[in-house]
Amino acid sequence: MDCVENRLLTSRRGLLLGGASFAAWAYLPKFARAAGGRDPRLIVVILRGALDGLSTVAPLGDPDYAGLHGSIALTADGAHPAIMLDSFFALHPAMPEFARMYRDKHAAVIHAVATPYRDRSHFDGQDVLESGYAGPGRVQSGWLNRALEALPRGERVSSGLAVGPTTPLVLRGNAPTVGWAPVALPQADDDTAMRLVDLYRHRDPALAAALSQGLQLDKVASGDDMKPKGGNQVAQMRQVARGAAKLMAADDGPRIAALAFDGWDTHANEGGPVGRLAFLLGGLDGALAEFESGLGERWRDTVVVVATEFGRTARINGTDGTDHGTGTIALLAGGAVKGGRVISDWPGLKLANLYEARDLKPTTDLRAVIKGVLQDQFGLSDRVLAETVFPDSASARPMKGLVT
Amino acid sequence: MARDSQAALVALNRFGFGARGGASGDLINAATDPRGFVKAELARPNGVLLEAPGLQSTPQLGQAVFAYQDQVKQAREAAKETAKETAKAAAPAETPPQAPADQKPALRRNLSLNTAATEIAGQMADAKPAEAPARPETMQPNAATPPAAKPAPQPLNVIQKTFRAEALARLQRATLVECGFAERLVVFWSNHFCISASKGELARIWAGAFEREAIRPHVLGRFADMLKAVEQHPAMLFFLDNQQSLGPDSRAGQNRKRGLNENLAREIMELHTLGVGGGYTQDDVTSLARIITGWTFAGRQGQLGTPGSFVFNTNAHQPGPQVLLGKTYEPAGLAQGEAALADIARHPSTANFIATKLVRHFVADDPPPVLVARLRDVFVKTDGDLRALATALVDADEAWKAPLTKMRSPYDFVVASGRLLARVPEDPGAYLNNLNLLGQPLWSPAGPNGFPDTSAAWAAPEGMKLRLDIAAQMGARLGPNIDPLDLLEFAAADAASIETRRTIERAESRQQALALLLMSPEMQRR
Repeated sequence: MDCVENRLLTSRRGLLLGGASFAAWAYLPKFARAAGGRDPRLIVVILRGALDGLSTVAPLGDPDYAGLHGSIALTADGAHPAIMLDSFFALHPAMPEFARMYRDKHAAVIHAVATPYRDRSHFDGQDVLESGYAGPGRVQSGWLNRALEALPRGERVSSGLAVGPTTPLVLRGNAPTVGWAPVALPQADDDTAMRLVDLYRHRDPALAAALSQGLQLDKVASGDDMKPKGGNQVAQMRQVARGAAKLMAADDGPRIAALAFDGWDTHANEGGPVGRLAFLLGGLDGALAEFESGLGERWRDTVVVVATEFGRTARINGTDGTDHGTGTIALLAGGAVKGGRVISDWPGLKLANLYEARDLKPTTDLRAVIKGVLQDQFGLSDRVLAETVFPDSASARPMKGLVT
Repeated sequence: MARDSQAALVALNRFGFGARGGASGDLINAATDPRGFVKAELARPNGVLLEAPGLQSTPQLGQAVFAYQDQVKQAREAAKETAKETAKAAAPAETPPQAPADQKPALRRNLSLNTAATEIAGQMADAKPAEAPARPETMQPNAATPPAAKPAPQPLNVIQKTFRAEALARLQRATLVECGFAERLVVFWSNHFCISASKGELARIWAGAFEREAIRPHVLGRFADMLKAVEQHPAMLFFLDNQQSLGPDSRAGQNRKRGLNENLAREIMELHTLGVGGGYTQDDVTSLARIITGWTFAGRQGQLGTPGSFVFNTNAHQPGPQVLLGKTYEPAGLAQGEAALADIARHPSTANFIATKLVRHFVADDPPPVLVARLRDVFVKTDGDLRALATALVDADEAWKAPLTKMRSPYDFVVASGRLLARVPEDPGAYLNNLNLLGQPLWSPAGPNGFPDTSAAWAAPEGMKLRLDIAAQMGARLGPNIDPLDLLEFAAADAASIETRRTIERAESRQQALALLLMSPEMQRR
C-alpha cells in the first residue's frame, strides 16, 4: 500500500516538473526586515516558447489587428468577449484574475516590448532573456542572479525548501539559490548523505557543492496542501505558484524567486478566446491568483514580472497558429505595481510598421522595464544595472514609476 | 599487454554505458585493449538495429492508434446515450457530480493535453486510476475524505503498452551490450533528432519505432540518409506539424484557405543541420517550408496511402521553383525537398555543427577546437560517413586524455547502475519513473532541441539530491544481496580513488555502501 502510494506520488512529481520549475535565492537581502520599512518581494515568471502578445493583450483598436490575427483574433463581443483594459487594448478572457488586479491598479501591461535579441531561435532567445546579455551564447549566469549578487547578503533562508530538478538560467550564477518542488520521494537518510558529501569534498568539489545545496533545503516546506495533487497543466501551474508563495510568505522565506512555465510555442491551432493558448493563459492567471492569496499581506510589497523570449508573427500562419516573431508583451502584477495601465509606444500593425514586414515591432526594451522594477524594488543603481545586471544596456534606461 | 584501468574507465564510461557486474570481465577486457574494446562494436554487422518480438512498424502502430481512437469515440458516444437515458429516468440533482462510471472516458479525453508523464504516471500507479491525479483540483471533494469507491484498475491501452515495450527493448539492449558505444551513439542521434512523446498519442506510440527506423539503420551509415529518414518519418512530421503545412498556392492550400507552418523547416536548419548562425535567413526558413509542403503521412482513411505511412501529397505541395541558401530548386515534387536536404546535409556549417555536438557529448562541455576541426574534416571528406566519424573520435588522443568531467545524464546513470548490478530489466516501470523524476523522461524532451548535454544541467543541486534518494532506494532494495567491494572492482578496480574505496569499506551497511558506490564520482562522471 505504502509502496503504491509512493510510486504514485513520485511519478506525479515527475509530471509536475515537466511543465514548471521554481527556484529562489538562498539568502535574505539585508534590508528585508528593516523595522517599519518595506519588505519587497520579486517573482520572475518566464514563459518558454514565445508568448503571442497580440492574443494575450489584443490591440482591438488597431484597424489591422482583426485581419492579421484572422481566425484566432479576440473580439469585444461574442460568446467569450475580451476584457477591455482601455479604449484600445483588451485582455484575453481566460485571465479574469489579472483583469481584476488591473482594475484595482495592481497590474500593468507593457506592450510592443522585446529583448535586444532579433532572431527567432527559442533557445538563443531564452538565453538572451534570462542571461541579460545583449546577445546569445552567454549562459553562465542570469540577470536576476547578478542582481542578487549586488544586494547586501543577509542571513541564510532557514525555512525548509525541497528541491526540483532545474534552476532557470535567469537565477543561475554565483549567488546561492535553492529550488523547490512538491515532494514525495522517500529520502536518503542524513548519515548516507553526509558520508557522500564528505567523499565529494575530497574527490569532486563541484558535486559536493551541488549536493550540499540540494540537501540543505530539503528539510521542511511540506504542509499538507503542498503535497502534489496532480492534475492537468493548469492545476500544476497553480500548484507550483501556491507552494512558492507559501515559502515566500514566511518571515525567513526567500524574497526573490523565478519560475518557468513551458508550452507557449503555438505554431498550430493556437485558438482564440478558447483553445490551447486560452488554456495556458488560464493557468498563468491562476498562478498569479495563487501568488496573491499565498503571499497574504506580503502581496502589498510584491512585484511579479511575466516575460517571454520573443513574440509571434502578427499574421497567423497556414495552420491557425503563429510562427516565431519579435515584439510581445510583459506583464506586471502585485500590490507594489503602479498598475491599471497599458504602457506602450504603439507601433501600429500596418505592413510598413511591422518588423521585417511580419512581426509586431518592438518599441520598448524589456531590459528597461526590468531595470525599472529592480531599481524601484531593491534600489540598485543605474550603473550596476547597466554594467553588471544587464551588461551594455546603458541605452535602455530604467523605466520610471512602475512601482508605487 | 599491460592493463590500464584508467583507460578502461574512459572506454567504458566515456564511450559506453559502464562496466557490467557479474562475470562479464568488462573492466579487465577494456583495460587490456581500451580502443579495441570500444571499436569492436562498430565492426558488428547490423549491431545497431533493434528487433524484438512484438515491435511493430510505424504504419502498423499508426493504424493501432486510429483504431483505438475510434473505439474511445464509440465508447464515449455510447456513454452519452446511456447518460441521457439515465438522466431522463432519474430525478435531477440527487447525486451531485460524483462522476458516474460511464463518464470517465470522456474526462480522460479532455485531459489529453497532459504531458507525456501523465501517461507514464498513470501506468506507474498500477492500482490507481489515471483519472485520480488528472482530475482538476476543484473537483476533488476534500483531501480528508477519499472517494468512497475506488474505480477498478484500468488495463493499459495499446499506446501505453507499445511505449513500454519499446522502452523495455531499448533498456534491455543497453544493459546487455558489451561496451555500449553503439547504443550511446543511438542515444546521441536520437536526442539530436528528437521528437517528444508528449506531443500526442501518435508521437507516443511512434517514439520507439522512430528511433528503430530512422536513427538506428544510419548510426554507422551516412548522415544524409539519416537526415532524410528522419524528416520523412511520420513521427517527426507529426511532432513538428508538417502534416498540417500546406503550400499557399497548392490545390489544398487554395481550397482549404490554410497555408504554411514553418516549424519543421526552421528546426531542420537550426537544430538538425546548419545550427544557429549557420548562414541561413528567415527567407531560407520560409523557402524550405514551402519546399517540404506535401511531406506528410497518410491518415486513417488511407486516401493518400497506407494509413500511418509517409506520403508525398502533391495537392499540398507548393508549386514552382524555390531559392534556398542561394540555390534554385526547380519544381520536382518530392525530389525537390530531397535535393535540398542532400545539399544541407553536406553544407560546411552542418559538418561543423555535428562535429561540435559530438565532441561536446563524448569529451567535454567545452569541446577542444582541434578535435572538433579534425572531426569536421572527416565529415566533409567522407561526405558525412558516421562510422568514419565515430572511429575518428575513438582514435583521437584528446578523447582519452581529457579528464572524466562530464556528468552522466539520468539515462546513463540508471542504465549504468542496472548494468553494474547485473539486472536485466523485465519491466520498464522503475526506469521510466526514475527518468521522470530526474528530469529526463524517456523520448520526451521539453522542446525540439532535446535534453541538455552539459554537466551543469545534470549536476544541479536538486538533481543530485534526487539521484541520492534513488541510489538510497536501490541500496535498500538490492544492497543486502551484494558485496559492494566486489562491485567496486567491476566498476573501477584500481582506478577507484582511495577515498571512494574507504567510503564504501566504512559504510555502516551494505545498503548504504551500495548507495554510496552508485553515487561515487567513479559512477557519476564519465
